[in-house]
Amino acid sequence: MTDMTADLTAHPTADLTAQADDVETPAGDWSDTKRYAWLLGAIIPLIPFAAWGLVESTGLDVFWYFGPLFVFGVIPLLDLIVGLDPNNPPDEFLESLENDRYYRWITYAFIPLQYVCVIWTAWMLTRPGYDVADRIGMALSAGMVAGIAINTAHELGHKKEKHERWLSRVALAHTFYGHFFIEHNRGHHVRVATPEDPASARLGESVWRFFPRTVAGSLTSAWGLEKRRLERRGKSPWTLRNDVLNAWAMSLLLWGGLALAFGVGVLPYLVIQAVVGIWLLESVNYLEHYGMRRQRTERGRYERVNPSHSWNSNNIGTNVLLYHLQRHSDHHANPTRRYQALRDYPEAPVLPTGYAGMIVLTWVPAVWRRVMDKRVVAHYDGDVTLANIQPSKRERYLAAYPGPAEVRDVSAA
Amino acid sequence: MARFRCPSCDYVYDEEVGDPREGWPPGTSFDQIDQDWACPDCGVREQQDFERVEG
Repeated sequence: MTDMTADLTAHPTADLTAQADDVETPAGDWSDTKRYAWLLGAIIPLIPFAAWGLVESTGLDVFWYFGPLFVFGVIPLLDLIVGLDPNNPPDEFLESLENDRYYRWITYAFIPLQYVCVIWTAWMLTRPGYDVADRIGMALSAGMVAGIAINTAHELGHKKEKHERWLSRVALAHTFYGHFFIEHNRGHHVRVATPEDPASARLGESVWRFFPRTVAGSLTSAWGLEKRRLERRGKSPWTLRNDVLNAWAMSLLLWGGLALAFGVGVLPYLVIQAVVGIWLLESVNYLEHYGMRRQRTERGRYERVNPSHSWNSNNIGTNVLLYHLQRHSDHHANPTRRYQALRDYPEAPVLPTGYAGMIVLTWVPAVWRRVMDKRVVAHYDGDVTLANIQPSKRERYLAAYPGPAEVRDVSAA
Repeated sequence: MARFRCPSCDYVYDEEVGDPREGWPPGTSFDQIDQDWACPDCGVREQQDFERVEG
């Protein structure tokens, strides 16, 4: 049995990748029960084809909306039916699991399928016989692929290999969100669970209020990071060496190419796909760190990121489709660790269901707060002052959760 | 010339090589680097957390 309480740094990723070629699989009978389930993540880009097949076979136009129906209906139901998977790979298998190239090829395979989805959808949008409602359905379904592609880009963008970081930007071109891989790795991971991080949601902040803050904040942060990096090299930010600009250039090529091939009429639908994809990603950002705050150490720095700073879920449906993204605590402690080797930590806060179902809850902020606020406060043993609270609602939260008497005394001292 | 390792992900800063992409040309000594410069690979630890590599 794995020592689940082991320190997060007990297995630095680099130790796992250092000797890729001369690693031998340890003896024993453990095998990865999710090994083939991960393939499901790679076939997500086939959603628009499934939509088309359903429309053709049933004659019901509503199935052009199969993408959102699948993400917000089928996956949450699967999570409720199939349940939890708390299995962790044993320590002695982590190294061979991490180095098994089968797993990374699954993430690579997503990208050509994603581009087939983009091009096929653009072609379908220009065909006669469909009305605007059908076309919006096509764009929303492709938008789900675009959003989940940001998750694939996320997995690849964290890796040390150059070609994987490049593939990350290729996947992000669909949503014009190439700056994400800079801000996420160099901004969000540094400032996670602090009031300074635009991508960490605050207690009492609704998802609708969070969206403009995270989208604008991530953009300016990404630009600032690249500007400072280039300044150190004595260069202007206006160069294709700027990763923000070269990532956007890929989007210009993709969108421009599609407009040339299929007409400018596809552009509004590309905008819909991008907006929906970004919205899906930022919804996940919203729930991953809702209310979590790192405390200050005596030296005034934020404490190191630990498992208690991210919401986790072991719901197997969403986990298999999102490459273990919900094992978020281990990811933040070891960002370069590959998805198949991410582990669950019992001390991490746990969401009541998978990310897909939780996104549905975010739509009505009152419902979201009813489900989540008490969990945030319980996570801090009743002391709401330890949470990352929306400043405008601070007094209201302090009044609603006065906390245990001894806690009040400590915070008043 | 010394080498310094990120305690989280094993990225190594070698003063002799520097990290030109990050704006640290070869020969940049480690103490010339900003204390809050985050590890370019993992982003989890900063310059002041790095450990000197012996030998």
